[in-house]
Parts: sequence; C-alpha cells; structure tokens
Amino acid sequence: MIYDALVAPFTEFEFMRRALAAVIALALGGAPIGVFLMLRRMSLVGDAMAHAILPGAAIGFLLSGLNLFAMTTGGLIAGFTVAILAGVVSRTTELKEDASLATFYLVSLALGVTIVSIKGTNIDLLHVLFGNILAMDDQTLLVIAFNATITMIVLAVIYRPLVIESVDPVFLRTVSRAGAPAHLAFLALVVINLVNGFHALGTLLAVGLMILPAGIARFWSRDITGMICIAVASAIVSGYAGLVLSFQTGLPSGPAIILVAAVLYVGSVVFGSVSGLFRQIFPGRHLEA
Amino acid sequence: MAAQLQFRDVTLGYDRHPAVHHLSGEVAPGALLAIVGPNGAGKSTLFRGIVGILKPLAGSIITGGLNIRDIAYLPQTTDIDRSFPISVFDLVGTGLWRSTGFFGGMGKVEREKIAQALAAVGLNGFENRTIGTLSGGQMQRMLFARVLLQDARLIVLDEPFNAIDTRTSADLLALVRHWHAEKRTVLAALHDMDLVRANFPETLLLARGKVAWGATADVLSADNLLEARRMCEAFDDSAAACAVGDMPSRAA
Repeated sequence: MIYDALVAPFTEFEFMRRALAAVIALALGGAPIGVFLMLRRMSLVGDAMAHAILPGAAIGFLLSGLNLFAMTTGGLIAGFTVAILAGVVSRTTELKEDASLATFYLVSLALGVTIVSIKGTNIDLLHVLFGNILAMDDQTLLVIAFNATITMIVLAVIYRPLVIESVDPVFLRTVSRAGAPAHLAFLALVVINLVNGFHALGTLLAVGLMILPAGIARFWSRDITGMICIAVASAIVSGYAGLVLSFQTGLPSGPAIILVAAVLYVGSVVFGSVSGLFRQIFPGRHLEA
Repeated sequence: MAAQLQFRDVTLGYDRHPAVHHLSGEVAPGALLAIVGPNGAGKSTLFRGIVGILKPLAGSIITGGLNIRDIAYLPQTTDIDRSFPISVFDLVGTGLWRSTGFFGGMGKVEREKIAQALAAVGLNGFENRTIGTLSGGQMQRMLFARVLLQDARLIVLDEPFNAIDTRTSADLLALVRHWHAEKRTVLAALHDMDLVRANFPETLLLARGKVAWGATADVLSADNLLEARRMCEAFDDSAAACAVGDMPSRAA
C-alpha cells in the first residue's frame, strides 16, 4: 500500500523518474543559491530576475518554437543582460541594486509578454508560465544537470569571497578586488538556476525551489553550512513529495512541489528550533548564565 | 627613510564637494599618529582614501610600496551584517585572507593563530558564538582580533574606542601600543584628547584642511582647537570650482 503510493509511481513510469532526477538536480543547484539570496536580502531579486529571463526565452520561442536550446540561450542572455546592467548601475551610481533591478525587470517582463502574445497560443503561454516537469526529455534533463553541476563548481570557487562580501563588504574591498567579480558570478548563477527552474516549473515558480527551502533552513540552523544542507534536503523532499502528490491527485506538478515546500515552510515557522513561533511562546526557564 | 604614506595636495570628497581639502604631508614608517578634529572634519574620508575605497578628487595619496593587503582598516561604523550566520572564529579567520586567499585551507597553524588572536583580545570561549550574539564591546574586540591576524604594516583605526567601556578601551589601547612597538604604522581617528595626549606622540588636527600637524603637545593647543572648531560643516551647494592649483591634477 505504502509502496504503491510512494515508490511505485517512480518504478513504473519513466517520466516520473525523469521528473525526480530533475528536481534533485534543481535542488542541488538552486537551494544553495537561494540561501545566499536570502542572506544577502535578495530574495525578491530572485523573483525579479525570474521575470527578466522571460523576453529572452520568448524571443527564442518566437524564432524556433518550443526549442530547448533557443529558449535556454535566450533566457540566459536576457537574464545576464539585466543582471549585469542592474549590477553596473548600482555599483556606479547611488541607485540601490533592488531599485535598478526593478526597473530592468519590469521592462523585461513587458517585452516578454508582448513577444509571446505576438506568436503564441494559450498552451504555449501556460508552458512558459508554469513549465512542465513531467515532460522532461533527455536534452532538458541534461541541460538541468549540467547547469546544476556548473553552479556547484562555481559556488565552490567563489564561496569564500561571497561569504565575506555578504557579511562585511567593506572589509573585502580593503583586502581584495574579488568582491565585484564574485558578486557578478553569483548573479550569473542566479540566472542559470532560474533558467533551470524555468524549464521545470515555469517563469512564475522558477524561483520557488530556491527561496522556500532557504526560508525553511533559516528556522533550523544558525550556521551557513547547516543552512545549505537543510535547504538542499528540504528542496529534494518537496520535489519528491510534490511529484507523488501530483501523481496521486492529478494536481499540476509544479505548483504541487511548491505547495509541499510551503507546508514545510509553515511547519518551520511554527516549530523551527531557531526563532520558531513555538520556541518563542514556550522558551523554557531562563538559564543561570 | 622613505615615507610610509604621502599626501600630495590631496582632495577627497563626495559629489565634487571636498571633505578633505588640499592636504599635504608625510607619515613616517612606524609612526603612531592620532587624527583629531570635529565631526565632519574629514577623518573618515581621509581613511577611505588611504585604504583605496575612495578615489581622490584631486592630488594623490602615495602608499610607499604597500599592497592593499598590507593595510588593515577598521571602519567606524562597520557595514557588518550582524544577522549573518557566521561564527566569531570564522569571521576573525577572514583576517588571514592575505595568506589563505580564495582556497587556502584552515590548517592547524591557522587555527592556532586565530585562537591566539582571540585570546589576545580576551575573547576565549567565544569561538563558536555567532556574531549576532556579541555586545558592542565584544564586537570591537573581535574586529581588533581580525586586525591582529591581518599582520599589516599600516593599520588604520577609525574611532576605535567609541561607545566602549574603559576596560575594553584600555585593553585595545594596549594592543595599539604593542603594534607601535612592532614598528607598524598606526593611524587612529580619535575624539578623546586626554587619551591622545597620553598615548600618541604625533597628531594631525584636521578640519577639512590641515589645521596643524606635528608633536601632539604643540598641535593640541587651545588656539588650534578653537580654529578647528570654527570649520563650517555644511557643503555649500552653490560653491564655485576650486581654483587652487588651477585644474585638478589627477595624478594616480
């Protein structure tokens, strides 16, 4: 019975196995990025960037239909353009990064919707907005796995300057010139993982498997390594449970994954060992010293 | 001996308004120099120029043969994100950047150095605390420990004893004297004149421009302090371009 509900969908159907492989790859790449987005107070930046990749993917779609490489390349180009322009504007002028990004992503989103509406059907639009994790072909799966691998390698390279820049940017500026390149590389990773999420979850939910697990992790660990591990684990659990839920109930799989993550999030807010509500309401007796 | 630091008619400021105006002078290697002046005198701005995070509007600052890694800078209001989940041990460890860089491991030697630095500022037992749990004084002790690890030839401290109890400031001042004894060059912006008179042989009295620079007892005369106090703090929005030296020379 339990086997039928939890394991059988994956042993019996290849598309479920592919979907599971995809969410695991998404979790490994996206969740650590989400943790850094959250710690750098850039959670909504991720969301803004998710919209920014739309016109690129749409131009790819316009030129060659639902073609994986055209849409991936277009999304990467659009995302990088917006990330770099916003980064350059905020580093050279007094405008903060969130403000400059807001400008660029709104323009980007307007462009994207315009382009899709020129040559799209409603089904195309649904695919773009919500992705389709249950229809992973070899190519898409390879792209997602490749991007996740690149993410982990680059993150390992820029990890130290990225942490120092997050906690004490002035210090990093006085000892090294690695801050700006590390920040730009990080933005590039954000874009790559959004494009990844875009294929599986669509433009609206792409950021979901990055941010929600990070939020969950914040409630269970005070240490960044611990946070990253918990975020990856909860992203994988959400992905798996969401797929099972979607399979058994017929709910659309992308939203199901995000909703499972949301349930974990609410549970963490209430019961989390670090500043969870339960801990705050019943803190226990105070200590001696 | 060649100067450790040379200000060549340097003007530093923001949005074309000078905060430090036409400053010239030299800091000898091993100097222990106090920089005093009213709020808005340009002390912090001068430090930002020295450590290279603010480019001069005109003139230049020559750091004789110093790489940016040879300079340790303790800003006044640190932009440290205290909610970031990092331990005291790891944050102090960033002071070893010069030797570890991007990938260098934290081996036994490094761990020993960090432990010694924490002991030197009286923070034993705080290794695993996250930085968000520290008090203001403990935070300053931790940052001094990081400066210790940076092992820099030039140390720049911006109001290091502000809002800190007497015991902590005495402990940290002992460290400053220790650095001086090690022939490191130390610059500190300070407001406590008694502390300056007692501990700093040389003083620069700054009020946007140089009011006086030399032996502390001479510089901190009543006349000089009065003159510094007269400095107008506000920028003049309708100020004309500065004509001193004709065109601003943008020497590197």
